[in-house]
Amino acid sequence: MGAQKKGKVAEDAMELARNPLQAILLADSFTTKFRPITLERPKVLLPLVNVPMIDYTLAWLESAGVEEVFIFCCAHSRQVMDYLESSEWHKQPNFTVTTIESHNSISAGDALRLIYERNVIHGDFVLVSGDTVSNMSLTQAVKEHKERRKKDNNAVMTMVIKKSKPSPVIHQSRLGTDELFMAIDPDTKQLLCYEERGEHPRGAISIDNALLADNPSISLHNDKQDCYIDICSQEVLSLFTDNFDYQHLRRHFVKGLLVDDIMGYKIFTHEILSSYAARIDNYRSYDTISKDIIQRWTYPFVPDVKFSANCTTKLEREGMYKAPETQQSRSANIGPFTVIGKGTRIGDDSRITHSVIGEGCTIGSNVSIVGSYIWNNVTIEDGCELRHAIVCDGVIIKEGATLEPGVVLSLKVVIGREFVVPAYSKVSLFQQPTAQDSDEELEYADNSSGAIDPSIADAGNKLNGGIVSESSQIQDWSSSQLGPGGAGFIWSACDGGCEEEWRHSVAPIPTDQLAKALLAMEDDLEIVNVQENALTPSGELKPGSDDDDSDNMDDFNVDTVDFEKEAEATFMRAAEDNIAVDDLILEVNSLRLSYNKSAGDCAGALFYPMMKLALESPYNTAVELQKNVASVVSKWHKLFEVLAREVDDQIELIMKFEEMCLESTKEFAPIFSQILHLLYQTDILGEEAIFKWDDERKDADESDRVFVKQSEKFIQWLREAEEEED
Amino acid sequence: MDFQVVVLAGGTSKELVPLVSKEVPKPLLPVANRPVLSYVLEQLELSNLKDLIVVVEGEDAALRVGGWISGAYVDRLHVEVAAVPEDVGTAGALRAIARHLTAKDILVVSGDLVSDVPPGAVAAAHRRHDAVVTSMICSTPVSGPVESGSVGAKDKIKKPRRFNIIGLDPTKQFLLYIASGAEVEKDLHIAKSILRAVGQMDIQADLMDAHMYAFKRAVLLEVLEQKQNFHSLRHDVLPYLVRTQLKSEILLNGTPQAEENGHDKVTSESNQTIISQILANASTPRFHEVYESIQNGSPTVQRTHKCCAYIASNSKYCARLNSIQAFSDINRDVIGEANHLSGYSFSVHNNIIHPSSELGSKTTVGPHCMLGEGSLMGDKCSVKRSVIGRHCRIGSNVKIVNSVVMDHVTLGDGSSIQGSIVCSNVQIQERVVLKDCQIGAGFVVSAGSEHKGESLTRKEK
Repeated sequence: MGAQKKGKVAEDAMELARNPLQAILLADSFTTKFRPITLERPKVLLPLVNVPMIDYTLAWLESAGVEEVFIFCCAHSRQVMDYLESSEWHKQPNFTVTTIESHNSISAGDALRLIYERNVIHGDFVLVSGDTVSNMSLTQAVKEHKERRKKDNNAVMTMVIKKSKPSPVIHQSRLGTDELFMAIDPDTKQLLCYEERGEHPRGAISIDNALLADNPSISLHNDKQDCYIDICSQEVLSLFTDNFDYQHLRRHFVKGLLVDDIMGYKIFTHEILSSYAARIDNYRSYDTISKDIIQRWTYPFVPDVKFSANCTTKLEREGMYKAPETQQSRSANIGPFTVIGKGTRIGDDSRITHSVIGEGCTIGSNVSIVGSYIWNNVTIEDGCELRHAIVCDGVIIKEGATLEPGVVLSLKVVIGREFVVPAYSKVSLFQQPTAQDSDEELEYADNSSGAIDPSIADAGNKLNGGIVSESSQIQDWSSSQLGPGGAGFIWSACDGGCEEEWRHSVAPIPTDQLAKALLAMEDDLEIVNVQENALTPSGELKPGSDDDDSDNMDDFNVDTVDFEKEAEATFMRAAEDNIAVDDLILEVNSLRLSYNKSAGDCAGALFYPMMKLALESPYNTAVELQKNVASVVSKWHKLFEVLAREVDDQIELIMKFEEMCLESTKEFAPIFSQILHLLYQTDILGEEAIFKWDDERKDADESDRVFVKQSEKFIQWLREAEEEED
Repeated sequence: MDFQVVVLAGGTSKELVPLVSKEVPKPLLPVANRPVLSYVLEQLELSNLKDLIVVVEGEDAALRVGGWISGAYVDRLHVEVAAVPEDVGTAGALRAIARHLTAKDILVVSGDLVSDVPPGAVAAAHRRHDAVVTSMICSTPVSGPVESGSVGAKDKIKKPRRFNIIGLDPTKQFLLYIASGAEVEKDLHIAKSILRAVGQMDIQADLMDAHMYAFKRAVLLEVLEQKQNFHSLRHDVLPYLVRTQLKSEILLNGTPQAEENGHDKVTSESNQTIISQILANASTPRFHEVYESIQNGSPTVQRTHKCCAYIASNSKYCARLNSIQAFSDINRDVIGEANHLSGYSFSVHNNIIHPSSELGSKTTVGPHCMLGEGSLMGDKCSVKRSVIGRHCRIGSNVKIVNSVVMDHVTLGDGSSIQGSIVCSNVQIQERVVLKDCQIGAGFVVSAGSEHKGESLTRKEK
């Protein structure tokens, strides 16, 4: 036994020594947040402060001691692979980069399943996506993970988190990601609950009581940010294979593990305190992270340090970085926190602040650029104004054009003279794919994993093909939406709800939205207060009166109301179209089954429209009204004979009629007893029901007995008649 | 200190039958031969909180308690005893005495609290943060006798008793969430808004609300008045205040009343807040202030109020005598590990034997025991971890283990008492064996009988 144990320890040590640290880098985000740019270029190759994003990730992985990286390419895989081949990364010692290509993966889950099949991962690995910028040291996190793993084989994953408090007003972090609620065991750092925004709209987060039974204390966090850097054990891959429906790393995998208590897999967190880690999820994080890079939070991955194929720039005062060979007019005014790429020319009197300008750009005179990201080989003619925009490679902005905040110009777009691009618009040479273009996307839009990069799916390929052919034709842009000489389509913003556009854009949050959000926050509190006041005075939900229950109640009420409405509509239709009574009975019966109601309910629901029908035909006196009723009743009496067979149902009918006479159709009140008589004659009501109703009302309040009194005579007559019969 | 103290002493609590009776209401139950109420009163006296109102349920009980207090504390404390009807609840009791409350802040203490946490510290924490309510929170006491049966112990390990589920901010100064453990059947529901405001909330299930609260008088009275259906401080008022702290309803509606208090010294008020910030080491503003500053658009006076927590350190003793089990536990602890509370000086053998008591030959009284004034013990008796009251007559060959024997009890020869509570004036005849029993006052246990886990009381005439 002892020997075996020793052997095992030795084995462990061996394993540690033998297995180099591996990483899986997903070079595809499986989302569409960077459209329209990602229609033409993979997200990981988009320049972030003039360096492709993937270089940041790779440089960090290399410096953090990862020896083997598997890059999973999917969307635009050729471009990624070509880029990697031409880059330095293949020539690094002690750092191997292997690409895995797939054309039919539509999610991170698919990617991991594929990698599992390849059988290339032999131990713990780091799972990141290719848009991660970080300078954290992995040593500590990996060590912690391994130690935990030795003690508990179920500790399959360690998530890296970082402190970052989302704005309480707009409920998103500065990276533009939705607020996140996590419950963490403060001692073991085990992740107990992971909840993204929107899953519980009720303004309360619920924690399973069982969690508290196991842990005397839990920390609930709203001030942490998920860095999407995971240290995983090999099991993670097989877990993805076992659960073939896992798609999203967080939404499915993490939640799945947390919910599943049979297997008992555990996820832990590792908080980084002083180092940087963030993921570019949307345009806002692109903006934020760019600023962080310029302000050197990501050191050593900053523009003036050579960490990839980037050419070094020189840091000047006020956080200005200038690459060599730039030409700048003497009168141009370059403000703080600006990066200017190699070979860029800037004309007279142009002002540039808080912006990144790529390589080989030509900027005319009198141009104003604030908070914008201008990629390579862009031409901006004289007098243009750019505020908080992203301008991709090869764009030409003609004289005097204006880009309002939040604009994204995709590759090679041309903006016409003096054209004003409205705020938050996205402009591309390609037309916005309509929903019919890819069924795939629709499908995935459903589970909100954000759909997929277009070229993955067949539909996407088709689209690509279409695009190629389209752009190979010489387009006639004369009728362009972008002013004289412009080229490109403005995408309608409304595919994700245009109101939310400001959330994820590069532009700062407009004050009116903030004000709106503030109000919403107030409302939120109000709701919470109201809701909780409705609970037990102690503020806890009483057992059994859970939210769900009230939902059920609501459902129930809604159901009843729906049913009555539908029954009424059915009846009216039948009356208008003169449908035979038998057919109507059939129809009502099917309705009854679908709503799971009793025949009595149906009779009740139909009685009202029938009486209303009588009211609708013109009448002057009570006698005429009575005649109307008689005609209607004689027409439809069969319906009620079938539906209200039971005595109880008939009593229900009488009561319903009473109610109507008191409330909605007071016109019948004076002739109540006559109608009762009529209903008796037409066999809708039997003696028994009328007697019972009379008996029931005997002890009722005076006010409830109005109609009983009115029909006293009739009832007496009935009773006498019955006695006589006996 | 401008603090008025309300001691909610209770009356003849149902949970404590058969220990309590008309003669001995709950506040006068002996803990180490002293009424339990004396522990609270002494702590208050130590903190120099001498302006007290003791609220007792029931007129008779109030008379008895008043009689005892006036005898024991006549020159030391300024005590008023108020009687309230039974079953009005803690909130109702305060409503009943509302007009007697005059000070700016009110400290409400439960009369059954046996603790060495200084009430003054709670009051100070309250003042420091300018809080609306401050609650004293202590760690959950260890329940059950030390050498309890293995079966019981197992159960306890499986499901530790949960008194409260409490949410605190990371500095552990503010109370963000409170629910009593029994209420939370399935899931905890925590409002996201407060979580957003504070960023991090530590939820702890191993803490207990010790039922010592400091309230702002104006707020307390207003809540009591507006929410007539509130019955209990702990279950209604406190959770309500905690819940509404980001959107204060009381302060908004109650501005006239609050201002009436504060107006005459507005300047000193603002000074006070500055001082309180300095005192609280508020280098970074508290989340309430941050939260308010976000909402600066609205011109309202004050939108938030603070609910603070004073967390007693683990070394402090804190327990409430609210069950029979707690009664035994507290008696055990007060002569055992928390013996500094009892106020007696212990002998070298770690026990207290009153000089006027007499022990027969070969009788041993072990450590953690107490033998009251004028009690007589026969030969060859053995007493372990037990409290014996005054003027008891104990025969020979008697074994008393883990038990509480109150005053004027007669124990016959050869009887054995284990894990039991024997109230005053009980007669236990020869060779009686009691295990885990409670014997009500004046009961006679006939010779030779054996009882296990029973509760024996005299029938009420």
